[in-house]
Amino acid sequence: MKLVLERVQAVAGSFMLDVDLALQGRAIGLYGDSGAGKTTLLEVIAGLRRPERGCVRLGDTVLDDVARRQHVPAEARGIGYVPQDGALFPHLSVRQNLHYGRRPRAVSHRPALSLEAILSALDIADLIDRRVPGLSGGERQRVALARALLAAPHLLLLDEPLSSLDDAHKGAILPCLARIRDEFEVPILYVSHAADELFALCDHVVVLHRGQVSTSGSPGTIFERISVPGYRLAPRSPI
Amino acid sequence: MDADGQNSAAAGSALAPGGGVDVVDGVVLAVSDFDALLQITLFTLGVAALGTALIFPGGVALGWLLARKRWPGKAVVETVVALPLVMPPVATGLILLKLFGRRGPIGGWFESVFGLDLVFTWRAVVLAAAVMALPLLVRTARVAFEEVPVRLEHVARTLGAGPWRVFFTVSLPLAARGLWAGGVLAFARALGEFGATVMVAGFIPGQTVTLALGIYHHVQLGQDREAFVLLAISAALAFAAVSLSEWILRGRTRPRTE
Repeated sequence: MKLVLERVQAVAGSFMLDVDLALQGRAIGLYGDSGAGKTTLLEVIAGLRRPERGCVRLGDTVLDDVARRQHVPAEARGIGYVPQDGALFPHLSVRQNLHYGRRPRAVSHRPALSLEAILSALDIADLIDRRVPGLSGGERQRVALARALLAAPHLLLLDEPLSSLDDAHKGAILPCLARIRDEFEVPILYVSHAADELFALCDHVVVLHRGQVSTSGSPGTIFERISVPGYRLAPRSPI
Repeated sequence: MDADGQNSAAAGSALAPGGGVDVVDGVVLAVSDFDALLQITLFTLGVAALGTALIFPGGVALGWLLARKRWPGKAVVETVVALPLVMPPVATGLILLKLFGRRGPIGGWFESVFGLDLVFTWRAVVLAAAVMALPLLVRTARVAFEEVPVRLEHVARTLGAGPWRVFFTVSLPLAARGLWAGGVLAFARALGEFGATVMVAGFIPGQTVTLALGIYHHVQLGQDREAFVLLAISAALAFAAVSLSEWILRGRTRPRTE
């Protein structure tokens, strides 16, 4: 996966996101304080928020080019999105949720993303006839991941998917995320506050601060740098 | 006779069934006449139901537009829709009379296209009921759509659903209870409509007389017994409608993802 955000500016209320990024890898982490712009950045990539300026490309496909008035709508991007709470449709059964965005034709080119393979990998086969309100937090997240995968995305955006779970559930889902990355070969852009999750999953981490890229690098480098007393997340002004 | 200028009492006398029946005697609405009571009740229920049905699709669409979209003139539309809630109903009725009368811009067009009068007919009763009920429906629909978490609609889009599919498979089902409750409230409001109706439809026995108009008529004539019978029916219908609305809202399971 190569995701490029070229001088992208986006406004969310009084907040301004202003980033210039080129991301490549199986799993990229986005790290930053609350209000750093992580969710806004995901919304821009997913096509849920139009940038004011700049260009967004995934591989060879231009998703947004403000100067040329190009905008691929969210439903045509093939980018999966799993928010913090999974956002399962509460009025539908688990089965109906899973089939909502299922694209059998697209999956036929990627057999790893078959329904059976995903149900097995995420261990949700026994949940398929359940109603959403009866699911636990961990079950909801696994169903939400499966639903996103069944749409055969080119990129999966995960917005703090483990933040509302206890350690036991986190421990159960982290290996699932690693399988998504490795076996299903779906690149992941993973937003989290938790260094241990980013260490476990990501090969590259980008740190955002107040809407701008503060620093980036391997998880080891980043968290070694951040742990130094007195380190500031604010990007350094160019000299 | 100039339809715009008709006086409701005159219309009542002139158009009473049989021509010779004088409504001032209370014959037309005599409560001893079960058929007359049934006719008024069914007519009131019918016009309220038809008025609500006519505004329901548009009211729901407008509620969604107000809840989810930004567009020029939104504040103006919002205010205009709310006007019947705060203006005197007779003032709203007067506006309707001028717009939908035979010489009015809409009434004149309607008459030339369909060959039908609007004012001082049952159609005017439906019109008045619809206009007076619209603000309640739109406000309830707006709140119902605002309570649907936006992220569910966002996720649906990333799963390949276009705007229409998102609306019909996510937004509408999750707002459904609120919309039904709004529809029932609008119906209840239409049941009790009086001021605008009397302006735009007059008092024409057998044609435009609703429960509210009947109560007023009998009180004017000092026929308290008849007025109270109509009042009891009216109160029972209103109680049933409001109870139904409350029952629907109480049963509402807010969209949950936790």
